Amino acid sequence: MNLLLPDSGLLFWMTIIFAIVFFVLAKFGFPIITNMVDKRSEKIDKALAAAREADEKLAALTQEHEAMIARTNAECSRLMQEAAAEREKMIEQAKVDAAAQADKIVAEARVRIEKEKEAALKDIRQEVAKVSLSIAEILVRKELSSDKAKAELADKLFDEVRS
Amino acid sequence: MFFALGISAEARAADDKVDVAGILFGHISDSYGWHITDWGGNHLSIPLPCIVYSSTGWHIFMSDKIAHGHEYEGLSVATEGRYADKIVETLPDGSISRPFDISITKNVCSLIISAIILLVLILSTARWYRRHDAENEAPEGIAKLMEPLIVAINDSLVKENIGHDYRRYSPYLLTAFFFILINNLLGIVPFFPGGANVTGNIAVTLVLAMCTFLAVNLFGNRHYWKDILWPDVPVFLKFPIPLIQLIEVFGIFTKPFSLMVRLFANILAGHAMILGLVSVIFIAAKMGPVICGSMTAVTMLFGVFMDCLELLVAFIQAYVFTMLSAVFIGMSREEAH
Repeated sequence: MNLLLPDSGLLFWMTIIFAIVFFVLAKFGFPIITNMVDKRSEKIDKALAAAREADEKLAALTQEHEAMIARTNAECSRLMQEAAAEREKMIEQAKVDAAAQADKIVAEARVRIEKEKEAALKDIRQEVAKVSLSIAEILVRKELSSDKAKAELADKLFDEVRS
Repeated sequence: MFFALGISAEARAADDKVDVAGILFGHISDSYGWHITDWGGNHLSIPLPCIVYSSTGWHIFMSDKIAHGHEYEGLSVATEGRYADKIVETLPDGSISRPFDISITKNVCSLIISAIILLVLILSTARWYRRHDAENEAPEGIAKLMEPLIVAINDSLVKENIGHDYRRYSPYLLTAFFFILINNLLGIVPFFPGGANVTGNIAVTLVLAMCTFLAVNLFGNRHYWKDILWPDVPVFLKFPIPLIQLIEVFGIFTKPFSLMVRLFANILAGHAMILGLVSVIFIAAKMGPVICGSMTAVTMLFGVFMDCLELLVAFIQAYVFTMLSAVFIGMSREEAH
């Protein structure tokens, strides 16, 4: 009844039974289970990594999107400002142009008026000369009795015409 | 607590005195038949096959042929002496010799039962994985029960302690763990399929420790053997007198030896404690109803406590055996830094 002495029969059977159990389980049991579990955890890891990546991509995309909107907004307000400035400028320019045009027209008109005035004066002078000449003719014809009178008259007429 | 039934009969059988030591050892050690209980003077036990090779050749018979001191074909169970409780052959000259005995004893029978339970458990789990797409389906049924256990042991013990080539060892370590666990648990069950003190038997733990010993030393790498035969210590410690080498080589054997003794002693002690506590009831029975009643209540309380403790120990010892095996194997696979 020595508990510390291994019994040969039990040793024999234990070796056989444990060997059988071990070989059967090592061949058909545990590796199948652990491999499948490993595969599954690998797959889960991969799926998690993919999800994380997708998340990051989405975040980047959102950021880009926001940046784009901000850029567009800035561009838009810039364009509006530019357009407003352009309009102001155009109005200014138009005003300036119109003023210049008006000045030019006025000046031209003035020149033409001057010219016409002068022409008119010239015409009048000529008319006056003609009239004077006719008068002189008449007078000459009528009063050319005395030479002195003729001379006086001629001077007088001449002065009148000259003035 | 169901031990009580068996013990009460034995206690009655043993005249007036309660033979606690006899009861204890009777339950703890191996036997040829599987004694269940005594009922009204009849021994109720399951006969098991005896396989003996004696001087007259092979003898195969059921254990009830040699029960209660009967002799069969010159073979009987010794009642005293060196071979007490073992089958012995009485030679023609009257001397006694021990034949080659590979009988299916109570422990062997219990081993077979637990081996079948283990095989069914693990193979049906493996079957689920073979039949299903485990990558896309959650385990169900038996796989749901076994997977967390297997994964926990595989990850926390095997992978943690052995390192990158753990796959090679995980079938052995998992087998060892579940084998020990099932035998431990069956040992706590007090009636038929359980109750045998299998993992509290040194032959069983010897084989288990031997397996770890082989796993460690057969596949030990160069670094492991260099550490034993030419460790990094001052030269005078290893040459000319191989002091450290002696210690290291001694260590090769003490490691599995400690595994063997730890499991054996823990389970044996657990069985002995529970049996001892239950025996107290029958000792107290002789001391009058008051003492007996109060003692029974106390021992029942202690017994329940011990049973719960043994459940814990059953798991812890399986875990510790596996963990230390994994640690030893991990040491033998460690690469030089």
